[in-house]
Amino acid sequence: MSPSQVNPRMSQEAVPDTPEERRSYLAEGHSLRSWLLTTDHKRIAILFMVAITFFFFCGGVAAALIRLDLLTPAPDLMSNDGYNRAFSLHGIIMVWFFLIPSIPTTFGNFLLPLMIGAKDLAFPRLNLASWYIFVLGGLFTLITVVAGGVDTGWTFYTPFSSTYSNGAVFLAITAVFISGFSSILTGINFIVTVHKLRCPGMTWGRLPLFVWSIYTTAIIFVLATPVLTITLVLVALERVFGLGIFDPALGGDPILFQHLFWFYSHPAVYIMVLPAMGVVSELITNAAHKQIFGYWFVAGSAIAIGVIGFMVWGHHMFVSGQSPYASAIFSFLSIVVAVPSAIKVYNWTATLHKGEIVIDGPLLYALGFIGLFTIGGLTGVMLAMIAADVHLTDTYFVVAHFHFIMVGGSVSAYFGALHFWWPKITGRLYNDMWARLAALLIFFGFVMTFAPQFVMGYEGMPRRYHVYPQVFQPLMVMSSVGSSVLAVAYVLPFFYLFWSLRYGKPAGPNPWGATGLEWTTPSPPPKDNFETVPVVDKEAYCYPEQGRAGEPQTQQAESVDA
Amino acid sequence: MTLPVFFIPVEASAHAGQVDLLIWTLALLVALLAAPVFVLSAIYLLRFRYGRRADRSKAQRGSVWLEVSWSVIPFLLVMGFYVWSTKLFFEQQSPPDDAMTINVVAKQWMWKFQHPSGTREINELHVPLGKPIRLTMTSQDVIHSLYLPALRIKQDVLPGRYTQEWFVADKTGVFPLRCAEFCGTDHSVMGGRLIVQTPADFARWQAQAGADRSLAASGRELFDRLGCAGCHGSNAQGSESPIRAPPLVGLYGRPVPLSDGTFAKADDQYIHDSIMLPNKQIAAGYEPRMPPFGNVLDEEQVAQLEAYIRSLGGKEDK
Ligand code: HEC
Ligand code: HEM
Ligand SMILES: [Cu+2]
Ligand SMILES: [Cu+2]
Repeated sequence: MSPSQVNPRMSQEAVPDTPEERRSYLAEGHSLRSWLLTTDHKRIAILFMVAITFFFFCGGVAAALIRLDLLTPAPDLMSNDGYNRAFSLHGIIMVWFFLIPSIPTTFGNFLLPLMIGAKDLAFPRLNLASWYIFVLGGLFTLITVVAGGVDTGWTFYTPFSSTYSNGAVFLAITAVFISGFSSILTGINFIVTVHKLRCPGMTWGRLPLFVWSIYTTAIIFVLATPVLTITLVLVALERVFGLGIFDPALGGDPILFQHLFWFYSHPAVYIMVLPAMGVVSELITNAAHKQIFGYWFVAGSAIAIGVIGFMVWGHHMFVSGQSPYASAIFSFLSIVVAVPSAIKVYNWTATLHKGEIVIDGPLLYALGFIGLFTIGGLTGVMLAMIAADVHLTDTYFVVAHFHFIMVGGSVSAYFGALHFWWPKITGRLYNDMWARLAALLIFFGFVMTFAPQFVMGYEGMPRRYHVYPQVFQPLMVMSSVGSSVLAVAYVLPFFYLFWSLRYGKPAGPNPWGATGLEWTTPSPPPKDNFETVPVVDKEAYCYPEQGRAGEPQTQQAESVDA
Repeated sequence: MTLPVFFIPVEASAHAGQVDLLIWTLALLVALLAAPVFVLSAIYLLRFRYGRRADRSKAQRGSVWLEVSWSVIPFLLVMGFYVWSTKLFFEQQSPPDDAMTINVVAKQWMWKFQHPSGTREINELHVPLGKPIRLTMTSQDVIHSLYLPALRIKQDVLPGRYTQEWFVADKTGVFPLRCAEFCGTDHSVMGGRLIVQTPADFARWQAQAGADRSLAASGRELFDRLGCAGCHGSNAQGSESPIRAPPLVGLYGRPVPLSDGTFAKADDQYIHDSIMLPNKQIAAGYEPRMPPFGNVLDEEQVAQLEAYIRSLGGKEDK
């Protein structure tokens, strides 16, 4: 597209001023319409990024209210109902409208075709439909807020949600129900893409590990989400028509809902962490400029997590009244599911050995993930021990456990991905000093916020308490102070990244000397990704023998490269 | 004042001590498993930094031997804890025969306790030191969870179903009692106190708190008042008119033949359901003529009726 076609008003913000930018997907029209009707996976990735960033902000506001309220043991800032609505909204938004779509719909969308040498996803229009469905679901969440909010927690336990709650449960359920279809469609799209659109030479054994983890995630999307969908329909039937399914007063079963919910939600926690693990594999190998240690073990452990992850849901129910024998089996399987996670962490560590490590922003985010995920995962193993869990369940210990993994881990990886692929997405380099500062602030802010919660939980502080015993106040204050550090740290990247859009140096196709196919095409990539169909003749992470002194090479076959 | 940041919370039972031992040794193991990741990453970052001269030759690309050892060794170590923890959990599943049963009914947002003596209390639970206590619990509305942090135990309290937890307190004093399952508006203030007293103090408290009649006697009174006796006979010995209804004497703990050919054990849950939802299970040889009392009785009254039926003898007569 020639510069004359650029909308002059829009050009105030984004002047495409490198030859690559002028030919890139970003230059394919600047009107709102050109974005809202796009079928380009790269543009849809950006649409998703805008949407989930908005929800991350909404969920963050709710979190800030919670932490502010908890500064004192007395109920001063909010009423009891107000507090219950705040944490319910926080959980629902963060889980379904940020964490679950986060890496798959943004970086998965953007990178999957690029990494396997394809022009787009298998079903580009379905991809756009996914976004619209997601936005519709999000809209219902906002309507829920306007209608007075919901007070069930993100877990929607019955019969509270189905019979007793006076919040806008039906609307909230509808929101989650709708967003589920977005997950399912994205999942199908990714699975077909990986099976059908790999370029010549891109065998399964040469797939970048990010692709393996997104592929596993897509399978979980497709297999687990329908269970949640149906469960939510059942809750709605009981709530609206009084059909007795879950409420014993209507002839229902009091813990059936929990079985169904966790059958989805445990696999869903892996939806939130597997893509992050994929990101970390890319970031670590690039920082070390070295082949990953144990490629097949890292790839295989993603699949193993996906499979075994479906068999451990009962560890959320040790005190629910389920059979103690069932508990014993779930406890065992939960230990088994931790093994592949451990394999990944140890392999990343081994990858650093004899590397040529550049300690930059993306690496610090990746290390942040590894550190926080390790703590989160190992405390998960503690919770998998039934006798310990009986004491620790439904306390702040559990809150700390899952925040270490989902927020400490996955959100760090999301930021890591954002920094690593920012030059590819926008064509610009940012100031790495700021990136390192933000990564460190996020790490320490996070630890300060959530480490005290392990202690509180062990000392008997239940979760979802708005009024709490005086003894916990010092730890609560520490946590709230930490969360304000964290908030600042999360906002920081917005400034220097947006700054780079205007003032950043042009990145060039491969600023990091990385090996994936996405680095063989200009930054930002043209609409169809590659000028000619790439041909692959090397495995992933084929960093040169001589390390950083060597000539950079990619998976692309040399002859085509020339 | 000691800073209440790092303290081992009070342990009021032997079980609590065992759970703490488990948690702390687990924490140690977990630290041990995490250490290589943190320590080695730091060392490698320093030694293999870009621009620093180091021996980078013969970098390994993988090692089955390493992979197997760092999967199997941690797994086996954790399995040791699995056996320990699961055993501890199962001990906590079966109360001893001489346990004193206290009925617990949770409702939004309070805890109600009924002692066998008939004493009733709300949000306060008095128990004697050194005696095994079994809590038989149910909820009037949503799911709650009775959490006694000083004893390191917690059990969800379900509507329409009995769950139980038990303990032997070995320290006198006042300890927190909390609801751990989110149950609506006042969840965070649905708490109370566990008061452990010496047996003498406990007896004194009970005499003073006073109950005009025992739980079973209240049940007996209800049995007459609600017209149960009209069908089941005035001493619950069974009756032929006006409707043929089974005797309840000696029922408790016995296997009951049902009309669908199966058997059910006449435990608390069975008796509860026979009263609240009589059509769920029909005793063999009888017409399903008993009216449901689900909308008439609250859970505390059902507990009284059960105590009465238990007192009529049966296999597990206590
Ligand atoms: C209208 C007569 C009638 C009244 C009133 C009645 N019952 Fe029944 N009850 C029956 C009949 C008939 C059965 C046997 C059929 C069945 O299992 O439902 C029965 C069964 C039972 C059983 C199960 C016994 C077994 O052997 O399985 C229990 C327990 C019981 N009733 C308790 C009560 C209590 C307590 C009350 C008062 C609140 C009560 N019943 C009131 C007629 C009655
Ligand atoms: C490494 C293996 C893991 C094990 C063994 C494990 C174990 C557990 C256990 C036993 C619980 C139940 C605690 C309780 O409620 O009493 C739990 C809760 C939870 N875990 Fe994990 N976990 C693991 C990994 C993860 C991961 C990877 C995530 C997320 C990305 C995660 C997210 C959660 C969440 C969200 C909850 C709490 C849900 C709620 O009650 O709201 N866990 N985990
Ligand atoms: Cu789980
Ligand atoms: Cu509660």
